[in-house]
Amino acid sequence: MGSGTAVRVEGLSKRYRLGATHAPDGSLAGALARGVRQLVGRRAAPPPADDSLWALRDVSFEIKKGEVFGVIGTNGSGKSTLLKILSRVTEPTKGRAIINGRFCGLLEVGTGFHPELTGRDNVFMSGAILGMKREEIARKFDEIVAFAEVEQFIDTPVKHYSSGMYVRLGFSVLAHMDPDILIVDEVLAVGDVRFQKKCMGKMEDVGQHGRTVILVSHDMPAITRMCSRAILLNKGTVVEAGPAHDVVNHYLHAGHIQPCAEWPNPAQAPGNDSVRLRAVRVKTETGQVTDVIDIRKPMRIEIEYDILKPGQMIVAQFGFNTEEDVIAFIVNDRDPVWYRRPRAVGRYISTAWIPGNFLSEGTMVVGGGLFSEDPWHEHCDVPRVVGFRVVDPGTGDTARGDVTGRWEGAIRPLLKWTTDHAPF
Amino acid sequence: MESAVAQEHSCALVIEPRTGYVQVGWRELWAARELFYFLAWRDLKTRYAQTAIGAGWALMQPLLSTLIFTLVFSYLAKVPSDGLPYPLFAFAAILPWSLFARSLERSTLSVVTEGGLIKKVYFPRLIIPISATFINLVDFAIGFLILIGMMVWYQVVPQWTVLFLPLFVAVALLTALSVSLWLSALNVKYRDVASIVPLMTQLWMFASPVLYPASLVPESVRWFYGLNPMAGVIEGFRWALLSKAPPDWSMVSVSLGVVASLLIGGVMFFRRVERTFADVI
Repeated sequence: MGSGTAVRVEGLSKRYRLGATHAPDGSLAGALARGVRQLVGRRAAPPPADDSLWALRDVSFEIKKGEVFGVIGTNGSGKSTLLKILSRVTEPTKGRAIINGRFCGLLEVGTGFHPELTGRDNVFMSGAILGMKREEIARKFDEIVAFAEVEQFIDTPVKHYSSGMYVRLGFSVLAHMDPDILIVDEVLAVGDVRFQKKCMGKMEDVGQHGRTVILVSHDMPAITRMCSRAILLNKGTVVEAGPAHDVVNHYLHAGHIQPCAEWPNPAQAPGNDSVRLRAVRVKTETGQVTDVIDIRKPMRIEIEYDILKPGQMIVAQFGFNTEEDVIAFIVNDRDPVWYRRPRAVGRYISTAWIPGNFLSEGTMVVGGGLFSEDPWHEHCDVPRVVGFRVVDPGTGDTARGDVTGRWEGAIRPLLKWTTDHAPF
Repeated sequence: MESAVAQEHSCALVIEPRTGYVQVGWRELWAARELFYFLAWRDLKTRYAQTAIGAGWALMQPLLSTLIFTLVFSYLAKVPSDGLPYPLFAFAAILPWSLFARSLERSTLSVVTEGGLIKKVYFPRLIIPISATFINLVDFAIGFLILIGMMVWYQVVPQWTVLFLPLFVAVALLTALSVSLWLSALNVKYRDVASIVPLMTQLWMFASPVLYPASLVPESVRWFYGLNPMAGVIEGFRWALLSKAPPDWSMVSVSLGVVASLLIGGVMFFRRVERTFADVI
């Protein structure tokens, strides 16, 4: 291994046995029964062959010293498993990883925190678990507390902390570890916007001081800004490796979601002899095809189709699903001009206008279809035909306000709120 | 992971599947001794948080047991006590027995209790049961003050044999550790273990000379009785402190042998299965 290499991963694989802990034979009684059966010479039933899952399969890459390296992929792509192996929480099934230098893996902020202990005690506790010496923690203590901005509450049990304070203190301990190699999973999605920026600054500092950082995140702008190179994982294997920008683009565009689907050849297009789908496009308010929408901005989705037989009443439909495949809503074309009106032969483009401050952040996957409503007849219905990402710019004027982190819900409207106040 | 990886700083750390015989990893364990201290300190600080009488609870259990045993076994059943006042005789055994039983119970559950940590960060896993065992020395020390008080009350003066006391305390802890290494690792996969342990300690107590002197056990089978390491420990503890009946040394040496083999096997077993902890917990 060259002296300039911080981490080298060779053919790393990890197999999990599904249901191994839940199967009836996973109980002590089951194990004893198996043992007894073997003792008396009867062969125990072999485990079913397909009860295992390869969470990681033959993954190889190399990270140079001082590099900020990104790992991206959808949920369940093997990112966490990779991190767990690199931070030695779990053992690989095959292959190996070679790590050059003092490293610190952190799969969660606040690891080792105990709710009953004070902030002060928890800094020492968490530091010790992460491998810091008592003397080292004592030396950096003031700095850690100042960075976390919890000076006032440092002698309060952390169970009384707000979640923001808790996470800030947890991150601060990690940030002051000074490892040669730092592994971070999604910790950037913590705290308020201002603290997030502070964390990002600290991370960039770490990178600039010749330390190696492995960053795992869903935050694509962060990956492109901070990482020089990245890998894209899908179903446990490396799909793409290279400059972070290219890998992020690959992730956003190819294969996963696309803002535009077109069928130049009518013979291959979905539909039938009377109606054919030709295209579905995600566009900005002003009409540019886009895959990223500012959560505040109105947008439109259009469906282009040919009507081949005259006199039909055709209704276009869009179904909006979240990344987790939850149906957010379904809309049918109710354009008053064309609704319930038989149409002439020709090409049509129906556009659904979606207001700003209505969709939720994240990926939206859209299915498109063409129907006759009375009597109901489906001409074509293409699920997951296009997709786009909705991003919150973090400017504070959205439904999210200044809150950061996870926010549930398939839609996120910015409602009108009023307050009545009666002074005492 | 500074302490743990310090010695590997110059050379690279290789992560790969372990096969066959697994080393104990003494150096790594020694390097993580501060973590051992921190885990113990955290448990102590949090154990009696938001309780009214705090460490008083550590005394409650052995004191109540002594009271009840004195009533039942001494006044009612007239069990002999090697010529000692029965309360002192019983308490001098209940104290090391509690040390052992609490250590065994806590240590057995410890790996599952620390599951959150095990799934999040690497450190030598052996630290967990070791820390969960040794922490009980604090409750023991508090109880020991009561024992001294009782000795003053009954005017029992310890002889030179008291020098052996630390040995028997150490064996009590090592016995608990040697058994809990097996059980804590098994408990990760088979949670039945957690339910078995209280039952086991209860039966185990009656198989140990806590409530009765070992001299009640026929001499011919006493070496066999010594297969229970706690028999040697409790007899030895009483002898070291109260200097009445010397322990049967053949019994004590059988006890020591059993502890040593359980301990070595336990460490090896624990190290073998610890690699699956994070996947199974």
